[in-house]
Amino acid sequence: MSAALDRRALELLPRGARLGAHDAAVFALREKRDAAGTSEPDFEPLRDHARALKAHALDHLGLLLERFEARASAAGAVVHWAEDAPALNRIVHELLDARGARRVVKSKSMLTEECGLNPYLESRGIEVIDTDLGERIVQLGHEPPSHIIMPAIHRTREDIGELFARELDVPAGETDPARLTEAARRHLRAHFLGADAAITGVNFAVAESGTVVVVTNEGNADLGMSLPKLHIACLGIEKVIPGLGDLAVLLRLLARSATGQPLSVYTSLVTGPRPGAELHVVLVDNGRTRLLADDAHRRALGCIRCGACLNTCPVYRRAGGHAYDFAIPGPIGAVLAPALGGSAERRALPLASTLCGSCSAVCPVRIDLHEQLVAWRATDLPRGRAERVGARLAAAVLARPVLYGVAGRVARGLWPALSRRWPGNPASPWLASRELPAHPGASFRTRWRAKTSAERGHERSGVGS
Amino acid sequence: MPERTAAPVDVALFVPCYVDQLAPQVGLASAAVLERLGCKVTFDPRQTCCGQPFVTTGAHAEAVRLARAHAAVFAGAEAVVCPSASCVATVRRRYADLLGEREAAPLAARTFELGEFIANVLGVSDVGAAFPHRVALLESCHGLRELGLGRASEQLGGGAAGGGITERLLRGVAGLELAPIARRDECCGFGGAFSVGFPELSARIGRDKLRALAESGAEFVTGTDASCLLHLESLRAREGFGPRAIHLAEILASGTGA
Repeated sequence: MSAALDRRALELLPRGARLGAHDAAVFALREKRDAAGTSEPDFEPLRDHARALKAHALDHLGLLLERFEARASAAGAVVHWAEDAPALNRIVHELLDARGARRVVKSKSMLTEECGLNPYLESRGIEVIDTDLGERIVQLGHEPPSHIIMPAIHRTREDIGELFARELDVPAGETDPARLTEAARRHLRAHFLGADAAITGVNFAVAESGTVVVVTNEGNADLGMSLPKLHIACLGIEKVIPGLGDLAVLLRLLARSATGQPLSVYTSLVTGPRPGAELHVVLVDNGRTRLLADDAHRRALGCIRCGACLNTCPVYRRAGGHAYDFAIPGPIGAVLAPALGGSAERRALPLASTLCGSCSAVCPVRIDLHEQLVAWRATDLPRGRAERVGARLAAAVLARPVLYGVAGRVARGLWPALSRRWPGNPASPWLASRELPAHPGASFRTRWRAKTSAERGHERSGVGS
Repeated sequence: MPERTAAPVDVALFVPCYVDQLAPQVGLASAAVLERLGCKVTFDPRQTCCGQPFVTTGAHAEAVRLARAHAAVFAGAEAVVCPSASCVATVRRRYADLLGEREAAPLAARTFELGEFIANVLGVSDVGAAFPHRVALLESCHGLRELGLGRASEQLGGGAAGGGITERLLRGVAGLELAPIARRDECCGFGGAFSVGFPELSARIGRDKLRALAESGAEFVTGTDASCLLHLESLRAREGFGPRAIHLAEILASGTGA
């Protein structure tokens, strides 16, 4: 009865201290975002502006992509087009293979997570080292990121100390974040120096200049792009924006919405390869044009992957990202999953929301996320026959006041039985963690009828006396 | 003393199905407050459900059917008043999708959440109630973010957060002491069908809310949505701690010597 997300949350983020720590760590990001947005007087106007510019960019995406390709090529980059995940993986592998590249350093890219690039390359004998600290942690732990900007936020520092003691040169019992980070830094430095190629994600692609923009806090993407001779940048086609002025708007929103920083520590604009090196840019569709053609849902493509909707989501914070079983968890993941995710289980993710609406209220580009969730529910939910018949029956009863009254009386009679736990009790999901409310006695309409007839009685007797 | 409005206003009471069946006292209290403020209150027993559960579970055809019936019942009403923010939000925010803008807009403009109607339409901030208790306010997500009864903590710009309509009405209640709670506008985890489809996650969110409420030292928790309150009450019954739930209408109707 209960959805897969609910079951997996119990398994992957069990009740207890770890759950509380996850909720607190993620909510702290929401609060930092609130503070940053409050201290930036233009924050709300910037959101309006970002919404409009993203809508404009999506309306003219074909034109912008062609312009980006032309300008990036003129600057010396090689632009590739990938229709889907297998195409991206193939293109990247061929580029590496043709140059004999065996060792790759990679900076954070949700797109390559979505497309499963790492396992594809690894199964072909290529070593891929994620260089973002959080990404490296989950990679060492053989698990996917659980958050789109904080990949290892489900891990405590004790977990990480244990992992590093096993995998890196760290004494057992180390939990000091500074020393753990230093160990990761030493470990990664060797990989940077020995790498044959760098793969990065892309935050924005600027059409007017053919520039790819990469935003990080650790400088790992920059080091990767600066050392090996081959840089492959992978991005979804929705990341293209018209000009550098638009970039300025989005950059002012991105870090503030994500972590509460005014700007990330590193914002690198890459236009063409550096002398003697190669820059390849792979533009990936993987379901995005399908979403673009869907007027009801295309706005979701405006997402700049800041993670603010995850941080504010009461469900995400209690479920953890892994429970979603989709590269992008939280509200934006639940909105994108039906279009990009494939499986029936992922198409059911729009149900994983209380519809509290906080996601829509924080989105820097004002995507109407919870409205999108409602809209998906009406169109694309995988639904069993029993569920469909049940809805029709319930509506048929509710549409007839007399039947509705009878059903209410029947439910009242059954109330004591429904309140007890027994196998097959239809109230079981409710009773798993709660009691049924106390027996309510007579319905409002019954009491109202009694009240009004008594008043009429008073009026009549009032006339007589 | 309660303020009274100049001319009597005809109010058609919109009692959501779950209030009718599970929290009848909320409907009666709503009528009592409105009558005390000089309204002429009627209840049309042809009403059942606004269709919200069908909207949120994606049963579009069924939602349209119920929305149409609901709109027909209230077609002639001057003002439709409802003690449930989420049902009002359904009429105001979802009916356009179900019935078309032309049919939905007039009904949406005449449908009000109870506290909103008292404060904004009747212009009353002191209903003459007395409730000498420490009370925490559970802001309804739909009241806050879809009806704009207040401003959620994540909604930036335009002055300090909080201090919405519901809170103002509570401040007008004699003897009532408001208890601030941590993460004041975090969802309670109910979410209608969500609470049944995702019982563990729903209860996790609800238990955290219950804890925040208990830590506030409140004797009662109140709000504009009986559904959220029933959820918390059901959790409290299982967990054995936390303040008792009482609907805003019951507080506003209390202590009047009636």
